[in-house]
Amino acid sequence: MNRPANSSIHHPGTELYDMGLDDIVNDLAVPEPELAGPKPGVLKRLHRRFSVLGLIGLVLVVFWLIIAVIGPWIAPYKSGALSSVDVFAGSSHAFLLGTDYLGRDMLSRILYGTRYTVGLALAAALMASLIGTFFGLIAAVSGRWVDEILSRLFDALISIPSKVLALVVIAAFGSSIPMLMGVAALAYIPGAFRISRSLAVNLMTLEYVQVARARGERLFYIARVEVLPNMIHPMLADFGLRFVFIVLLLSGLSFLGLGVQPPNADWGSLVRENIGGLAEGALAVMMPAIAIATLTIGVNLLIDNLRRRGGRGQGAAQ
Amino acid sequence: MNADTIDMIQVKGLRVVAGAAPDPVTEIVKGVDFSVKKGEVLALIGESGSGKTTIALALLGYARQGCSISSGSVRIGETEVLELDQQGRRALRARTVAYVAQSASSGFNPARTIIDQVTEPALLHRLMTKEVARRKAIALFHALALPEPETIGERYPHQVSGGQLQRLMAAMALITDPAVVVFDEPTTALDVTTQIEVLAAFKKVIRELGTTAIYVSHDLAVVAQMADRIVVLNGGRVKENGLVAQVLDAPVDVYTQQLLAATRRPEPVLSVQTAAQKLAPPLLEIRGLAAGYGRIDRYGAPAVRVLDDVSLSIARGSTLGVIGESGSGKTTLARVVAGLVDRARGEVFFDGKPLPAQLSKRTPDQYRQIQIVFQNADTALNPSHTIADILSRPLAFYHHLRGAAARKRTMELLDLVKLPASIAERAPGGLSGGQKQRVNLARALAADPALILCDEVTSALDTVVGAAILDLLAELRRELGVSYMFISHDISTVRSICDEVIVLYAGHRVEAGERDVLAAPPYHPYTGLLVDSVPALKPGWLDARRLIGSAALPQMGESADIAELCSFRARCPVRIDGKCNATPPSMKKLPSGAEILCHHSTAELSRLQTIEAVEA
Repeated sequence: MNRPANSSIHHPGTELYDMGLDDIVNDLAVPEPELAGPKPGVLKRLHRRFSVLGLIGLVLVVFWLIIAVIGPWIAPYKSGALSSVDVFAGSSHAFLLGTDYLGRDMLSRILYGTRYTVGLALAAALMASLIGTFFGLIAAVSGRWVDEILSRLFDALISIPSKVLALVVIAAFGSSIPMLMGVAALAYIPGAFRISRSLAVNLMTLEYVQVARARGERLFYIARVEVLPNMIHPMLADFGLRFVFIVLLLSGLSFLGLGVQPPNADWGSLVRENIGGLAEGALAVMMPAIAIATLTIGVNLLIDNLRRRGGRGQGAAQ
Repeated sequence: MNADTIDMIQVKGLRVVAGAAPDPVTEIVKGVDFSVKKGEVLALIGESGSGKTTIALALLGYARQGCSISSGSVRIGETEVLELDQQGRRALRARTVAYVAQSASSGFNPARTIIDQVTEPALLHRLMTKEVARRKAIALFHALALPEPETIGERYPHQVSGGQLQRLMAAMALITDPAVVVFDEPTTALDVTTQIEVLAAFKKVIRELGTTAIYVSHDLAVVAQMADRIVVLNGGRVKENGLVAQVLDAPVDVYTQQLLAATRRPEPVLSVQTAAQKLAPPLLEIRGLAAGYGRIDRYGAPAVRVLDDVSLSIARGSTLGVIGESGSGKTTLARVVAGLVDRARGEVFFDGKPLPAQLSKRTPDQYRQIQIVFQNADTALNPSHTIADILSRPLAFYHHLRGAAARKRTMELLDLVKLPASIAERAPGGLSGGQKQRVNLARALAADPALILCDEVTSALDTVVGAAILDLLAELRRELGVSYMFISHDISTVRSICDEVIVLYAGHRVEAGERDVLAAPPYHPYTGLLVDSVPALKPGWLDARRLIGSAALPQMGESADIAELCSFRARCPVRIDGKCNATPPSMKKLPSGAEILCHHSTAELSRLQTIEAVEA
């Protein structure tokens, strides 16, 4: 109880809180300012904040986010246009990434597909994280039976494998964009709930929260002002991971033919459509696979960087 | 040359920096010189951040992660430590220098028996056979006055107390017969009563083995008992280096004088209560309080009972000190009053009106009038808010002050706790420990409270900083007329600020009275133990003091199954068989006005405790 003087014990919540970290996160959602005009000062600041790997991750992520926004405008052909008689063609001047099994330009297909993959996954990951964090906070702050009920409910949900759940739901209700988004979000809400709840439970025991309680603050205020700001970093790192999982889940569904429906295609469907060219090593099957790989690796690198930095700037919420 | 005059340790121009070369580096240790003769004990003393631990670690040729030893020389015996390679340093740490860390509980592996870990250094470096090592360990357990030295080694770390673990850690360090032992704040995390036992054991073993030792501490009184010479450090520099008596009695350096002044605080004059104050109802009154944690059984008692039948009252404008060891229920008491812990039984009156146990049933005014300040200033401030945010919240919440009015009041509050207005926009992470504690106080004051519960507010601070906080508390009380419940394990702190004291032991109030009851016997045997355990700031005090830890306690038979028996009977040096273990003690009033729970009569206690004093 009395922890006497001069302890070298680690006190959660004592570390310097690095306000600078907040901006990084905005890059994920709003990449535009970054490309507006990277002055040397910005570059130097970026270098200080990121490791080399983190910087690579950032570049990859920003690249795909930009593509998601401007892809359709810079695509050389229309998405569905049958532009060549040559199927599974290799790289050429007219078709930089070759053509697919119907002779459509692969580059254009990928540029159009970025929107589905990134956009869908982003929306689903946002939904999962927001809803999960919201309920996690409620559970931790109210405690007792509210916590008990919510936790068991999400435990039940977590016990269903996400892919099987997605397959069943889509098989039953058919595939549409809102449905895909909903299914992906539903599959990943329990994870977000678990993490945010445990972070918040730890924070609730800290003395500044006790002071707020003794002051007579309402639970809502405590959750919003005292707890939430201190768990935002780990939750963002978690958001990044969830985003990657959802990209993979959606690609997997599309590969099985349950995702985005033709003639539109996300990267997963592009791999499936062109699977016939795999034996010949066609670019048409390689390139979308590489796109998926670069996006997921990029996000992972960026998150690792965030997490390492966030880990230091964050109290108790680990 | 005489063996006595050989320098065992010689440190010259030692510099340690933090940070790697391309980035800006900070010098932590700025050219330190000192030497220690064979068999001498040298104390390194200083505040946190003075570089004392860094210097101690440099003796092992070690720099903490992110730091490096940039220049200087460290000679131990004939070896130049800093020139050794990795393997050489490993050998050095095996045979020549040993280290006793502050936190013994994190220094032991909970999954292995103690003897395995104590003998490990000797076996790892193949210095002796297992059998020899075991025998040696047991001999060390004897020397360190550990209970059941033959078998204690078979236990696991969680089965012994903190003070015993600290001594076992010293045994681990001493098993390889090192020439030099570095003690790094070994008693800082212990209770006063335990600290004395551990210090006595250390002192005995150092003397018997003739070990050369470096003793790192922030506590002058402890150092005065242990060391032959004192090196006073501040900001990585040596401020003063001299014999104990010289440093304590005739300090040359200004910083040393400050440190001494902070340790020897004069006791303020007790404020005399006017008749009107005595007649007015007390601000806070607690009667027969019981509280605890865990599931509530069907009689309404919690599974773990922390407080039992505690009564107290605090008059308006006065300060009540609550003293006790860790686990005595001090903090729980504050939390019950603050409404953070439910009470099982008893009544609490605030300003003459009953105070509801649950927070949700209290009125806004009751919230406002009772404020709590925690021990750890670090965790008590939300790291993601600025100081201005933190202070303006209670202003808006209680007084509906917003905008310019709130800003003005925030500045006034900062001024009140003597902080510059410029820190308002900073985050807590950028403040020092003392500054954070002042912000904590300012936040409590923002509510305009009648009662502030201070839970060990100075324990985590350096001596000089803590003394400044105490002065501030006294000043605020004079100016604003607030009352305090001041919780501490440190008797001298309590004496310097409180009007009345209560002593808690295992959740029972064993003594209550005015501050002066702590000054002289008779007092409750536990209070006596506490008072006796506070090291005096003069060399030789420890040797003169009778050894409470080693003195056998009077025999006592089985205890009757009554919950109200004296809780201190298991450790009481003057317990009476057939009385203390059979009937609950009754409340007695001593001539000094103190109330105690004890079977001994005033005259007897007085006789027993003065004999002790004479013997000492």
